[in-house]
Amino acid sequence: MIVDILLEILKIIVIFAVILTCVAYLTLMERKCLGYFQIRLGPNRVGPWGLFQPIADGIKLFFKEDMTVLHANTFYFILAPMISLVAVLACFAVVPFAGNAFIVDMPVAVLYLMAVSSMGVYGVLLAGWSSNNKYSAMGGYRATAQMISYEIPLALALVGVLILSGSMSIVDIVNGQQGMWYIVKQPLGFIIYLICTFAETNRCPFDFYECENELVAGYQTEYSSMKFALFYMAEYAHIFLASCLITVFYLGGWHGPVLPALAWFFIKVFFCAFCFIWIRATYPRIRYDQLMNLSWKVMLPLAFLNLMVTAVLKVMF
Amino acid sequence: MTLDGLTEKIGDYIKETDSFRDEVTVTVDRDAIIPVCRILKEDADCSFDFLSDCCGLDRLPETPRFMVVYQLYSLRYGHRVRIKVPLEEDDAEIESLTPLWKAANWLERECFDMFGIRFTGHPDLRRIITPPGLEGYPLKKDFPLEGSETT
Amino acid sequence: MTEETITLNLGPQHPSTHGVLRVLLELDGEVIVDAKPDIGFLHRGLEKLSEHRTYQQILILTDRIDYLAAMSNNFAYVLAVEKLLELEVPKRAQYIRVALVELQRIASHLFWLGTHAHDLGAMTPLFYALREREDIMDIFEAISGGRLTPSFMRFGGLAADADGTFVKNTKKFTDAFAEKVDDYENLLTENPMWLSRTRTVGMMSKEFCINTGISGPMARAAGIEWDLRKSNPYSSYEDFDFEIPTGLQGDVFDCYMMRIREMRESAKIVSQAVDGLPESDGSPIKAKVNKFPAGEVYHSIESPRGELGFYIVSDGGKSPARLRVRPPSFVNLQGVGELLKGRLLSDAVAIIGMIDIVLAEVDR
Repeated sequence: MIVDILLEILKIIVIFAVILTCVAYLTLMERKCLGYFQIRLGPNRVGPWGLFQPIADGIKLFFKEDMTVLHANTFYFILAPMISLVAVLACFAVVPFAGNAFIVDMPVAVLYLMAVSSMGVYGVLLAGWSSNNKYSAMGGYRATAQMISYEIPLALALVGVLILSGSMSIVDIVNGQQGMWYIVKQPLGFIIYLICTFAETNRCPFDFYECENELVAGYQTEYSSMKFALFYMAEYAHIFLASCLITVFYLGGWHGPVLPALAWFFIKVFFCAFCFIWIRATYPRIRYDQLMNLSWKVMLPLAFLNLMVTAVLKVMF
Repeated sequence: MTLDGLTEKIGDYIKETDSFRDEVTVTVDRDAIIPVCRILKEDADCSFDFLSDCCGLDRLPETPRFMVVYQLYSLRYGHRVRIKVPLEEDDAEIESLTPLWKAANWLERECFDMFGIRFTGHPDLRRIITPPGLEGYPLKKDFPLEGSETT
Repeated sequence: MTEETITLNLGPQHPSTHGVLRVLLELDGEVIVDAKPDIGFLHRGLEKLSEHRTYQQILILTDRIDYLAAMSNNFAYVLAVEKLLELEVPKRAQYIRVALVELQRIASHLFWLGTHAHDLGAMTPLFYALREREDIMDIFEAISGGRLTPSFMRFGGLAADADGTFVKNTKKFTDAFAEKVDDYENLLTENPMWLSRTRTVGMMSKEFCINTGISGPMARAAGIEWDLRKSNPYSSYEDFDFEIPTGLQGDVFDCYMMRIREMRESAKIVSQAVDGLPESDGSPIKAKVNKFPAGEVYHSIESPRGELGFYIVSDGGKSPARLRVRPPSFVNLQGVGELLKGRLLSDAVAIIGMIDIVLAEVDR
């Protein structure tokens, strides 16, 4: 009994460590890939191919001066980055990396995912509001409206997957893709999910919070040192989470010939992460009102359409 | 536009003319500046619809001390004319051309900023390029190159 | 309950205002109700300084008026002084000048393209544009010794004659350039996100442009067919075959297309200039000038930003009695207050970018 508990705790620690390492190296991957897209090298000084760069970044952020803004609401100011990070990391509890490599396999995993990742919006909103700064406030409002608007078509697209698999457990969803991946059966759903994920993770072309060009640094303007590091980690962990979710919902999870399950999973996840970076390097960002239009007037109707067609086809065949 | 052509249109207002290096320059009185510019802008043969530039000139020790110089250009015909208006040192005021050309807005502000020439009827006549709180007008000949104490 | 507007300060230190420009925005939510540009942060007293320097010394100062198009500034100044002196410039020098100034136009537009795309979120074209600009900077460095501030023109010609390497490198550049512009267009021109950010944003009518004194690519984007190189040619521009692109609506997209097409036309002009470069006939490439007659001249050229003019009043001395720079960015920037009203905050960045200002030219 005690051994079981200890083994569980060990499993959690190992998976947690793997996730955080992947998140750290995702930052390096982004900088290197962006560098090559922009015909330059990216970090290559700290270690061969810049492999120790994430460690250097972590140490730098740790030692920076920690400033708290005057007249800021200190409790929420400190709480905000924590909420952002915890909301994302908690989602990893239900993500399976291979047939039996997961922390827990809930029968309502998808519901859990949607609920917990929605908590991340609080982090953004509190950060913008508690910084006592016009720029941050505007950035916070925009990011909040964006994240809330895009959660709805995201969830609807996922319902299409749920109809096909018949279960909310992610392991079941992945196992249901052994014959054919859901990306083939749900092409429209995949596109909607992909676009909504970009908006949820605040990535280009929907990266308002990051747009230094308009509002300096959005809701993160006043953060420094570890609090900023938490936001930074939360962003990349969200990208990693999004890549994992695209893999398990649409790309067949860990299934694939020849190579072991874990290898396939990570290949697919890093390919998705690469696509995130690729799209960031290529596209300009769209304007805020166009973003809202896209969500409510385009994504939502299309998601409903997808849902209806999936339901009808499932009943007929 | 030749000098003869101009004399036909605004001959009554012209005080002096010059054609150094084939450039047509006319000097007019300050009361005539608005009627002259209106004729030049609206007449079909002149068609000087573009205000290229408006600047000041300090001719110390000559009198009258200041000149306001306007460069007009015709987009249709491609010709230019220069209009100069002399102003006395203690009475450096002239009517603003902003009702005719919006381009005059900042150009006249800069002229005011640099020389202290006031443009009556300007919607927002205040310093534009020099720092706020500067005393004196930098491009006047008696303003030192190194700047004054207030800079 | 009253509705209040908030005042937001864009700049002077801001990644998108391209230098030290401050725009005071009154916002009602996201909509701009009023916009007042505030300039003067980069005023260095250039016109005052010119009255205390000789004509030759002023040439160095002109580089720094618009540091992204230094050759154009040199060119405008030197042409104005040559008009004052009635100096003939040998044909070879004229052709080399045209080649250099058109290369400078390409370099200036490339920089504009990179920074403008970056402002709107597309960060990759910046690096591609700067890579091409590096090639042009290398050509300038080889011929004049300077990349950003070459100070290469002299009264009556140039500081030194061009040799075979100039011709070779320039040809190599122009031969490869059309493909590079195709690359930029592939990334941006038909991109729906780019179109939605730039179409119908900041539209200008022809009457607005003419009345506000707007010149250059912005005026052409509004539909005014006016280019000083064609309407009042100088320095043998009449020998070259090139087109003047014009737009329809004068919005940000049209300004973008103008500059892209101007880059292509400039590459054509450079090619023609270098191919048709007359042989040196033994006459010196610059003139010795000592006496400056009294009189006044105004000469303007088509710089990458618009009509750049020099008004020189000479009293016969070694320094001008008055040197006035007619700065295109200064006059173009006036219109921005009106263009921004009623637009969203995100458009402010696009519209300020479309003007292509260089604050050094605005403030002098």
